[in-house]
Amino acid sequence: MSPAIELSQVSFSYGLVPVLQNVSLQVATGEFLGLVGPNAGGKSTLLKLVLGLLRPQRGRVQVLGRRPAQARRRIGYVPQYPGFARDFPISVEQVVLLGRLGAGRGRMPGFFSSADRSAAYQALQEVEADDLAHRQIGALSGGQLQRVLLARALVAQPEILILDEPTANIDMRLESDIFDELKRLNQRMTILVVSHDIAFISSYVHRVACLNRTLVCHETSTIQGDMVQALYGGEVRRVEHHHACAHPVSLS
Amino acid sequence: MNEFFIALGQQHFLQMALLSGLLASVGCGLVGTFVVVKRITFLAGGIAHSVLAGMGAAAYYGFDPLMGALVAAVVSALLIGWIHLNWRTQEDTLIGALWAIGMAVGLLFISRTPGYNTNLVSYLFGNILLVPIRDLWFMGVLDLLLLVVVVLFFRQFLAVIFDEESARLRGVPVTFFYLLLLCLIAVTVVLMIHVVGLILVIALLTLPAAIAGHYVHSLGGMMVIATLLGGVFTTGGLALSYGPDLPAGPTIILLAGGTYVLSVLLNRLLMQHRVRRSLGA
Repeated sequence: MSPAIELSQVSFSYGLVPVLQNVSLQVATGEFLGLVGPNAGGKSTLLKLVLGLLRPQRGRVQVLGRRPAQARRRIGYVPQYPGFARDFPISVEQVVLLGRLGAGRGRMPGFFSSADRSAAYQALQEVEADDLAHRQIGALSGGQLQRVLLARALVAQPEILILDEPTANIDMRLESDIFDELKRLNQRMTILVVSHDIAFISSYVHRVACLNRTLVCHETSTIQGDMVQALYGGEVRRVEHHHACAHPVSLS
Repeated sequence: MNEFFIALGQQHFLQMALLSGLLASVGCGLVGTFVVVKRITFLAGGIAHSVLAGMGAAAYYGFDPLMGALVAAVVSALLIGWIHLNWRTQEDTLIGALWAIGMAVGLLFISRTPGYNTNLVSYLFGNILLVPIRDLWFMGVLDLLLLVVVVLFFRQFLAVIFDEESARLRGVPVTFFYLLLLCLIAVTVVLMIHVVGLILVIALLTLPAAIAGHYVHSLGGMMVIATLLGGVFTTGGLALSYGPDLPAGPTIILLAGGTYVLSVLLNRLLMQHRVRRSLGA
């Protein structure tokens, strides 16, 4: 069985600034992978490559055995910064319904069907946000918005769920709620989650990939305190980690 | 005002004027809402002004100016779309240039066309009292076209206007619908030329939808309210201008602009009131 996500020898740079160098990564079907690393370490860029929003200058990206642009409708994506204005005149229900485009009759002209509506209701129920359906998107708190964005990602029944810093804009108490939810969703889909909080996510995910231009993977059972230190513990130690990554390894 | 309604019963040209105003309102509602919510007034302005090139060329070569306007508007919409997609960093300068170049080309053509003065003024500021019946039919067809496209692809337009990245990830052809949206703006500009002229089009295109946005919070609702408001402004402006024999186009725009300013102030007051009440509760 081909892996859900596969990057081989991928390099990417914005102009002359290299962001990813020789990154190889395999995410198995059904896996729950955490992607951690410092700011500007290339995490969001890696996600954009997987989603087919960017193309690698070198190397190959495959999702569900196909090119990312062909497979992206089978991915649910929760961005860190949603690409819409908060004062946009739209209800929560409509936002979630838009996630149905590309599924079923979503590609045809016309209006949303009753199947679309019941799928939207189910998705909202799944994230315990069905009571928000008729609210305006601008009237939500950070945590509520995060749930709605998760519902939008789930409404088309994706095989892979990708989340970029899903807990960055909400308080600590809700953070474990969201991850409990993800753990439950992981029973039926592959999950790739970006986080800056390695200590927190390691109790949820199967494997952690550390990304700082290059990539190293660790089984969560082997994560030690000093590794966290190495990744975040200050300039000198971060450089050390960087050297350790000079020969990227991919465990799969 | 009264004088207007008495004359309306007797004068065929006034009935035609009223009808052309109402036909233009459909554009205010359907497309104006997209322009306001997507915040592309400047792009729409560029499309509207560069239309003069097409009208001038059509007048010079003896074609129907409204046809020339339609061709120029669509070409200009696609050009502006291409600039937006590929030259994002210089977008505003390039659109500004296209805006002025279009007008310059139009002015040169018109200066070489006999009887240019009357033409020029009516292109720029509209002439709702002299809409030929053929153009009313043309406007009706454009309205139908707008209605069909917007209804059929409402979800796709909503997706692209709301969140382009997410729409792209759902497999919506974002570039196609973005360009189609600009073409709809082009059609709407042509629809409004007789009523307010291409200089004032941008106000009639955006103000009714902007006012609607103060009070309703869905795209569909904004479309309905903006269409109604467009009808009120064109009819009201026409009626107000009739007695003192003022030009109708500017009167319509002043009515719409004045209402918009009042609505902004009212909206601000309502907001403050709501904040105070929620703090008190």
